[in-house]
Amino acid sequence: MATVRGLQKWVGIGFHAFRQRSALNSSRVLQQRAFRLSGARCQQPFDSSVEKPQFPGASAEFVDHLEFIQPNVISGIPIYRVMDRQGQIINPSEDPKLPKETVLNFYQKMTLLNTMDRILYESQRQGRISFYMTNYGEEGTHIGSAAALDPNDLVFGQYREAGVLMYRGFPLDLFMAQCYANADDLGKGRQMPVHYGCRDLNFVTISSPLATQLPQAAGAAYALKRENSNRAVICYFGEGAASEGDAHAGFNFSATLECPLIFFCRNNGYAISTPTNEQYRGDGIAARGPGYGMLSIRVDGNDVFAVYNVTKEARRRAVAENQPFLIEAMTYRIGHHSTSDDSSAYRSVDEVNYWDKQDHPISRLRHYMTACGWWGEEEERAWRKQSRKLVMEAFERAERRLKPHPDLMFTDVYNEMTPGLAQQKESFWRHIQQYKEHYPLDLYEK
Amino acid sequence: MMAAVRLLCRTVSSSSSSSSCVHSGLGATLLRLSPSCSSKPKTQKRHAAHFTYQPDPVPTKHGPTVKMNLFQSVTSALDNTLASDPTAVIFGEDVAFGGVFRCTVGLRDKYGKDRVFNTPLCEQGIVGFGIGVAAAGATAIAEIQFADYIFPAFDQIVNEAAKYRYRSGNLYDSGNLTIRAPWGCVGHGSLYHSQSPEAFFAHCPGLKVVVPRGPIQAKGLLLSCIADKNPCIFFEPKILYRAAVEQVPTEPYHIPLSQAEVVQEGSDMTLVAWGTQVHVMREVATMAQEKLGVSCEVIDLRTILPWDIETVCKSVVKTGRLLISHEAPVTGGFAAEISSTVQEQCFLNLEAPITRVCGYDTPFPHIFEPFYIPDKWKCFEAVKRMINY
Repeated sequence: MATVRGLQKWVGIGFHAFRQRSALNSSRVLQQRAFRLSGARCQQPFDSSVEKPQFPGASAEFVDHLEFIQPNVISGIPIYRVMDRQGQIINPSEDPKLPKETVLNFYQKMTLLNTMDRILYESQRQGRISFYMTNYGEEGTHIGSAAALDPNDLVFGQYREAGVLMYRGFPLDLFMAQCYANADDLGKGRQMPVHYGCRDLNFVTISSPLATQLPQAAGAAYALKRENSNRAVICYFGEGAASEGDAHAGFNFSATLECPLIFFCRNNGYAISTPTNEQYRGDGIAARGPGYGMLSIRVDGNDVFAVYNVTKEARRRAVAENQPFLIEAMTYRIGHHSTSDDSSAYRSVDEVNYWDKQDHPISRLRHYMTACGWWGEEEERAWRKQSRKLVMEAFERAERRLKPHPDLMFTDVYNEMTPGLAQQKESFWRHIQQYKEHYPLDLYEK
Repeated sequence: MMAAVRLLCRTVSSSSSSSSCVHSGLGATLLRLSPSCSSKPKTQKRHAAHFTYQPDPVPTKHGPTVKMNLFQSVTSALDNTLASDPTAVIFGEDVAFGGVFRCTVGLRDKYGKDRVFNTPLCEQGIVGFGIGVAAAGATAIAEIQFADYIFPAFDQIVNEAAKYRYRSGNLYDSGNLTIRAPWGCVGHGSLYHSQSPEAFFAHCPGLKVVVPRGPIQAKGLLLSCIADKNPCIFFEPKILYRAAVEQVPTEPYHIPLSQAEVVQEGSDMTLVAWGTQVHVMREVATMAQEKLGVSCEVIDLRTILPWDIETVCKSVVKTGRLLISHEAPVTGGFAAEISSTVQEQCFLNLEAPITRVCGYDTPFPHIFEPFYIPDKWKCFEAVKRMINY
């Protein structure tokens, strides 16, 4: 296909070039022709030892021995970290030295997300919502990166980035409204749970098809660059989604079109049941960045300060230099993929326990706070109680609320209501009037 | 014409490869070919075009007009857009130098390289990128080089662009996105330079799909697509890029979407088509009048989705007979949708079965194109059978 198309393009271009040129006066054409011919004939023979490659496709030297480039997967791109598993700052010069209130806010947002996850996960188990996906183990990547952004920066996500919204102040009621698809849901109850979106918080609505958001993020970043508004775009995705063709498109477009964009990959080791050694054979995702001409870094995703530092710097440079950055945050998916998945079918409980107990972003930050004297058992107990209460209250409110009006099934397909859709809506209501006892009308707004 | 040049290019480049192929100048290579240009096509006899272009009447409402072919009228629409909308950008494969069909000639020089630019060769990327531009509030005009290569972007179009507004509860939308693509048969385009994929998209709520029949229509409909607050796919019949010439207003004007046009009134039968096929239908109407004394009403559907049911049904109520014709394969083609809807709405008025004259259910062939396309003779035969039903 590529060859045929190549031919067609060549012919198309040549054809028009010919047409255009034939319109020029003949003497100029002849001149041009003579010039080109003499150019071809006047090539001087020269010493091959000083020969420089002239290929337009790459800037490189010749080499006179055959050697394939070896991928380095044993000793890969190093993982940047700021604090160790006990919450100790390793290199003081890398300490972001965030004030107490900021760090407490990090911790509270991470734990509030965790509490919400537990309650909504359980509510799915009880059949009260249809579906849920937890964020266990990846809370640090969300909060650390979100904190390093400007609130006006546009966020494109996959589905496991609820912490970014949490950090930006998305109310618990709206999280719940979306999962319950009740009348308060900004998305009007049309999408599955956890497909959040918020215009006011610059968080583009989540969709299920994986990686589609990557080239979109590039386009949005391009538009923001033209606006000259000092805004960046961040685009989150998992390491599995990075295998999609759209990831390739997004990386390449953002580099060639010089977009102020941060690609943030959550490499948590699994795409549902597929471990990373069945996902790729290179050095993870970060190693692909340089291939696209993109500045890249790998970071300890369980270290909220490390995530914060790399995102902060990437954001600063992306906006200043109009170029994309790739951050690969190494982490571990502690929870099941979703409520429709039992991860013990493909990985050991011991493996999960290690990450839950020995290397968790929340406990690591807590160690740090304890060492600073900012947090103790008492605060922990009080916050747990309070956060649980906040979540439960929102949960109960959401559950009591009616579903959106059924008319909303037909709106927003197009900006306007088309005559065809208006007719279908009418016919729907005629049917409902006649058969109302067979439909759950009482659960919906009137 | 293009086939002739392509053929030529192959022959000559092989014979002259020893002397000039080192040189990169495309122009030089082709200039070299020019002496043989006049002689070769004579030996390579080409089948005559399967249609005769019939220009629209000169528009009077929109100010001064200039003679334009279809590619020039597209350029004019894009020019008007870039001039009036500072957020508008045009991108795709090879659009910067003017496009392989010349639709974007001069625009980069006039509006800057940040507004008219090449992308990497990746259709899913082009549409995804366009959605992003649109979601951020700017106007995105994406080009897919041939409609045949739109399928890598099918996911971005169907799952993303079309559903952006609905799924977000109207928080975000991709309404500022227009995708343009050369479309339809071209005489020698074979499998991947001839396709008419509109029916694939007609099954996708949230999209608008538009096909013009000539330069005046192209400009007005394209400007409407760009202004429309929904993602639009605009298919440009590439066989008309140069073949169709008429007086086109230089100022911007809009032709409404989702409105079919009765291009010729008649009383015995309704003929519905879009794109190049409208011209085939016009000829069929003339043939029917001359040879059979049958008066045909010719309708250009113009917008495939959401289509103008009212105009078509009104016509069928009057004529009692409906013939639909398109280049795309018959099974699952958009004629099936029209046929079934009209049958539902005009059952008591129909005096003969609704007939579809379409491409066969095969890939679009190279050397068999004259036999493949639903030309005027196939349509005429259908008219004859329907009138005698």
